[in-house]
Amino acid sequence: MENLNLPTKNTWCPGCGNFPLLKSLKKAIVEIEKEGKKRENFVLVGGIGCHGKITDYININSFSGLHGRAVSLAEGIKIANPNLDVICCSGDGDSYNEGMAHLIHTAKRNTNITVIIHDNHNFALTVKQYTSTSPKGFKGSSTPEGSIETPINPLELMIASGATFVARGYSSKTEHLADLIKKGIKHKGFSFIEVLQPCVTWYNTLEKYNKSVYEIETEKGISKNRALTLASKWDYNSEKRIPIGIFYQEIKKSFEEEAFSRDGVKEKVEMRKLLKDYA
Amino acid sequence: MKEHSILIGGSAGDGSKKAGLIIAKLLSSYGYQIYIHEDYQSVIRGGHNFSLIRASNEKVLTHRDEIDLLIAFNEDTIKRHTKRLKDKDMVIYNSDAFEFDRGNGFPIETIAKNIGGLLIMKNTALVGAFAKTVGIDWNTLKKVLISELKVATDKNLLVAKEAYKTAQAKMKIPKLSSYKRPLISGNSAIVLGSLKAGLDSYFAYPMTPATSILNCMAQKGVKYGVKVFQPENEIAVANAAIGAAFAGSRVMIGTSGGGFALMNEALSFAAQAEIPLVVVNVSRSGPSTGLPTYGGQSDLFHVLSAGHGDFDRFVVAPGDPEEAFYLTQLTMDIAWRYQIPSIILSDKDLAECTYSFDLDSLEKYTPGKLSLWDRKGEYKRFKITKDGVSPIAFPGEKGAVVKATSYEHDEFGIAIEDEKTTKLMQDKRSRKFRSLEKEISKIKAVKVYGNKKSKTAIIAWGSVKGAAIEFAKEKNIKMIQPLIMSPFPEKQIKRALLGVSRIITVETNNRGQLAQLLRYYGIESKSVLKYTGRLFTTKELISKIKI
Repeated sequence: MENLNLPTKNTWCPGCGNFPLLKSLKKAIVEIEKEGKKRENFVLVGGIGCHGKITDYININSFSGLHGRAVSLAEGIKIANPNLDVICCSGDGDSYNEGMAHLIHTAKRNTNITVIIHDNHNFALTVKQYTSTSPKGFKGSSTPEGSIETPINPLELMIASGATFVARGYSSKTEHLADLIKKGIKHKGFSFIEVLQPCVTWYNTLEKYNKSVYEIETEKGISKNRALTLASKWDYNSEKRIPIGIFYQEIKKSFEEEAFSRDGVKEKVEMRKLLKDYA
Repeated sequence: MKEHSILIGGSAGDGSKKAGLIIAKLLSSYGYQIYIHEDYQSVIRGGHNFSLIRASNEKVLTHRDEIDLLIAFNEDTIKRHTKRLKDKDMVIYNSDAFEFDRGNGFPIETIAKNIGGLLIMKNTALVGAFAKTVGIDWNTLKKVLISELKVATDKNLLVAKEAYKTAQAKMKIPKLSSYKRPLISGNSAIVLGSLKAGLDSYFAYPMTPATSILNCMAQKGVKYGVKVFQPENEIAVANAAIGAAFAGSRVMIGTSGGGFALMNEALSFAAQAEIPLVVVNVSRSGPSTGLPTYGGQSDLFHVLSAGHGDFDRFVVAPGDPEEAFYLTQLTMDIAWRYQIPSIILSDKDLAECTYSFDLDSLEKYTPGKLSLWDRKGEYKRFKITKDGVSPIAFPGEKGAVVKATSYEHDEFGIAIEDEKTTKLMQDKRSRKFRSLEKEISKIKAVKVYGNKKSKTAIIAWGSVKGAAIEFAKEKNIKMIQPLIMSPFPEKQIKRALLGVSRIITVETNNRGQLAQLLRYYGIESKSVLKYTGRLFTTKELISKIKI
């Protein structure tokens, strides 16, 4: 795993949930490499927010994009070169707030990329504002009296949108998370991994998650309805117990596989021939 | 000049556009050079649409106000356009729809019905009547109909034959030659140019008047391996394209002003991450939704300044399909060699009007050499070089870790915040543009037409060039057209203006954007503007500009 490190200075807060998340990601990559995948065929995409710094902390191909657009950037890379394993790290502010449309549509298309959401339930890099997954009553710098909005449940949303691999992990459970990431990368289709990532500085959920998180094993061929019921067990707002693991998985042709199957039959461009259609 | 202008109009759903295209192809078969001006409203049924076909023995890039023949599906067309007629009796119309006391009416709906065809075949009947009226022989008509009407061809031929028999020859459009040129629109020329330049992917979200590029790519591009992708919005289009280019795909995206506005942030991202992002902006009449199916050159400032932060971009502005074809190849080449955002600024009239396209007279474009990584040592995506261009490598290449970012970064693509590296990178990027300026100074970025010795010059760009050229010829003055807007060809324009004492800039926008740009370079001109969504005609220029 050492050769995945870079000498870059890490600027995450001490104790940040991103550290174990990065560790899990590296572990997953190393394990997939052992199975014969080449290092140069991984691309890590990042968005904007604390999570986005991850591209500077790992020695693989990477592209850190605009706020909210990481998923689109990743999708473009995959379409251009389907041989690449594209992993897209994004945040709750990044992809649930700013870039929600891209997340939904890429899930709908089932493009074969792996999206990992570092969900710390707040805009941390801009100093604590509420996001789509902040609980009601969240006291942030823009909601001193507490947010009046109820959070969305990203797992329900992704299952409904057509994602073919939907999972939730917890950054502190690195082995479990590494396994989810590995399975997500190997899944052929849109893989969505929501990661509960405590923000120790602005919204420390570490203790809460340590207490309430439990692992689940879903049966193969789980129905969408059953997966939705599982996903609704915790609504991001209550103090209920929080299941982690794979919630839904389905085998379906990926977007780029279906859309660009004509690949490789590229005819030579001959202007006179082309212009015949216009005569 | 031997020329004929024919206007065919009706309401949306009548099939007047298709009939207009068939008429143009008939005249093209007779050796004429064609220009079809398309005018349609943002409706699917109803409203008023028309095509104005001008056929000439010389190259034509604009329409005339006067017409030789009016073909009307409905009375509305008669009311709107009879004043254009040189001979007020030269009218062909649908006598099933209305009565008219001049010209020749044909019961085109009855003809279609009697043959057992669909109602839409009334347009085939009208074409049949037209062909006879202007003396086009049946075999030519038959040939064109067979190639244009692939569905229910036999029925269509019967309908055409019936109308052809009924009609009488009223005027003679003589055959010039058997040399038939392809008829293409500005949008098609961009498609062809991009295919010629080795396009790998085309991403777009539908928006008039750029949509036909997307449709054409989906129909023709895929045969050449082009990956056509229609994501959820223009923001996704631009960001996915940046990802695709990063992964080595020669990608192009297309939109109109509103969609281009949504892509602004990505344009700036492409500049920072040094991504060759090729964007087609087919401008239309604004501001905002404006007149969605009408034209205008109101996006010059927009494309020149789009995107936050300081950065340079390459911008071309073709004025006809030949230029669109050539400049698209140039743009794709420049974008990749300099790794910069590059924009093809077209406009509605160029995009959707149809022109004779002469392959034999086309300038051949030879692309330059791409700076690729030599596979020696550690790969630095943003390596500092003399000309600012860093050798390129793509993810998947063994031995290279390719890192890019929207943040300011060091040579490896790792985010930085220190002053020294920031300046180094800002300077590196502007050095690329200085290198590009040098290259552009050696290619033809400005065209000159008309009387090159005249002390009076008009300057026009984009689709306005057609009327401007004819005006300049008629008045025996000089006409200057800039083809590249950024880096602005200041020296070439100033050279073209040597000895000129009176300069008139002609544009279809409200603020005189090119005139303001010229003023920035110390060139003062008088603006003649039109901003009604419609193109200038030569006649209008004659009445507005006193020479």
